[in-house]
Amino acid sequence: MNKLLLQSLVLPPVTEPAPAPDEAALAELAANVNAAARRKLGRSLSIREVDAGSCNGCELEIHALNNAFYDLERFGLRFVSSPRHADVLLVTGPLTANMRQALERTFRATPDPKWVVAVGDCAVDGGLFAGSYACAGGIAAAVPVDLHIRGCPPSPTQLLKGLLALLQQ
Amino acid sequence: MTALGDIIEKGQRVAAHRPWPRAIVDAEGWESAAFLAADGRCTLLGLWGEANAAHMALAAQDPLEIAIVSLTCPDGAFPSVGRHHPPAIRLERAIRDLFGLVPQGAVDMRPWLDHGRWGKRHPLGTARADAGVGDAYGFLPVEGESLHQIPVGPVHAGIIEPGHFRFTANGETVVRLEERLGYAHKGIEGLMAGAELVRAAKLAGRASGDSTVAYGVAFAQAIEAALDVTAPPRAQWLRVLMIELERLANHLGDIGAICNDASFAIMLAHCGILRERVLRAADAVFGHRLMRDRVVPGGVAADLKDDGIAAIRSLVAEIRARFPTLVQLYDRTTSLQDRTVATGRLSAALARQFGAGGFVGRASGRNFDARKLAGPLPYGALDFETVTRDEGDVNARVWVRIDEVTQSLELVEQILERLPDGATQVALPDADGDREGMALIEGFRGDVLVWLRVGADGRIARCHLRDPSWFQWPLLEAVIEGNIVADFPLCNKSFNCSYSGHDL
Repeated sequence: MNKLLLQSLVLPPVTEPAPAPDEAALAELAANVNAAARRKLGRSLSIREVDAGSCNGCELEIHALNNAFYDLERFGLRFVSSPRHADVLLVTGPLTANMRQALERTFRATPDPKWVVAVGDCAVDGGLFAGSYACAGGIAAAVPVDLHIRGCPPSPTQLLKGLLALLQQ
Repeated sequence: MTALGDIIEKGQRVAAHRPWPRAIVDAEGWESAAFLAADGRCTLLGLWGEANAAHMALAAQDPLEIAIVSLTCPDGAFPSVGRHHPPAIRLERAIRDLFGLVPQGAVDMRPWLDHGRWGKRHPLGTARADAGVGDAYGFLPVEGESLHQIPVGPVHAGIIEPGHFRFTANGETVVRLEERLGYAHKGIEGLMAGAELVRAAKLAGRASGDSTVAYGVAFAQAIEAALDVTAPPRAQWLRVLMIELERLANHLGDIGAICNDASFAIMLAHCGILRERVLRAADAVFGHRLMRDRVVPGGVAADLKDDGIAAIRSLVAEIRARFPTLVQLYDRTTSLQDRTVATGRLSAALARQFGAGGFVGRASGRNFDARKLAGPLPYGALDFETVTRDEGDVNARVWVRIDEVTQSLELVEQILERLPDGATQVALPDADGDREGMALIEGFRGDVLVWLRVGADGRIARCHLRDPSWFQWPLLEAVIEGNIVADFPLCNKSFNCSYSGHDL
């Protein structure tokens, strides 16, 4: 272990330079986010992830944001364990009927000001699962959505761009 | 004649079913099949319904024999399999929720996937409208002194799929865990009915995101079996390459994540780098990090070029160079071993009874690997041995996965050396009537079963997807008993069952 730790100290990190914020996401955000509230929070956002019935693909890529390549925390973004500590709900999935109440409760447990970011194609409008008896057809059916990050699943770079847009607009 | 063969022989064979036989049996034949599973002569591979019939897939060992028995249910009921064979209980509850078929004599009549939120009951059978305001759920009663309950989920503390765990603990010791699942139920089998093959293949690839290749291959192979066509050799080899890359990515990520659940974060950091390397190679070579939608009925939708071969070779070289140090770190850190050794022990008997697939079964001595089945995938031409351990604890499951990483690297190298030239897709013939097919594919988590019927219109009439997690989730309840609450994340991650693949 000592050798591994020593290497970690002397070798340069594998972390990559930050991507430019996503233009489309920025535009959507400009319309949705209150500037004053954003100034209050500064460059620090706590994120609570909620899986509202995704296939787990989005979660895999959200996990990847924490790996050494993307290192989300350097931007002041971090995942928290409780909605009560969160500024942002990062919600995936087509919103299954069975998860609707849990999502609504999580939203209500999150203090204001707060934003909801819907992640993945099926979080937008249900995607491939639209029309199912078991799906509401997108996150916006239950809670107000401020930003969509598309993709099936969106890559960590796409996720980073969307989240940076949330910070930098 | 084997016992299973005997039941099939007495039933009415369905001609257009491939590659394994399916027979429609009477109630007596159905019960005999259930007894074969109950007394251990057969492994229950799956149990599923449709509007007016129930189906049961069984595997007999030595010699390996797979068959499906079906029971027509004109009265909307079938004799319960779960009352003889507990692994069938949740499958029966799901059949009742979706199709309204009643398992007669069942020991547990509570709903499973249906939380009373769909606005209708029995959506895939004779549906009836419902207010959709939600049902109260009766957890199993717990009696005893000094017990307290800890409800967890469906929204968890980490970045995890939704599910509810109800712990009953005496101090720190868990005396019972009861799972409640179904939160990720999207109605995939309902969407499948009537879908064109292209759309259906995409739905199958979204059953469980971490196993998108395994599901893609299982679905495509079942379609090809139904239509009696074989994908070209190059496509078969590329499918195996993608399956093994998927296995590598998942095993690497999970080995790190298990250690992280014992607060040993350096393993997660380093394994995370290797996992990311696999995903980036997959993206560069096949155009998608998870290789989603790259397997299609009839072949594969991506080909491997020379630079792709070079990229995968350098990936293999990098993992070979870095992984052994991490394995050594895992094995020599006593504080970590203290958490994983003897924790969450699964007995060989339970693993066998439930037919636990993948590393969960293999870490408890169950020597089953669907890659060893005869079939169109070229595993028979590849040199590898199924990895097993006998201890059945968290440590054994980690070690099976460590050994499977090494094994997958060897398989990838063999594939690259012997990859045949030629076409990567074949045109699918039209179905000229009902055609049925089944496939069993070894994903990283275990054997994924797909059974389907293509109608004369060329669309899916019925498709059932059975995730390996169906037979692993109940075992997680068993292994946590007597362990401390703080070891649950370790046990859970060492199983890593799929919520979405189970809930569909």
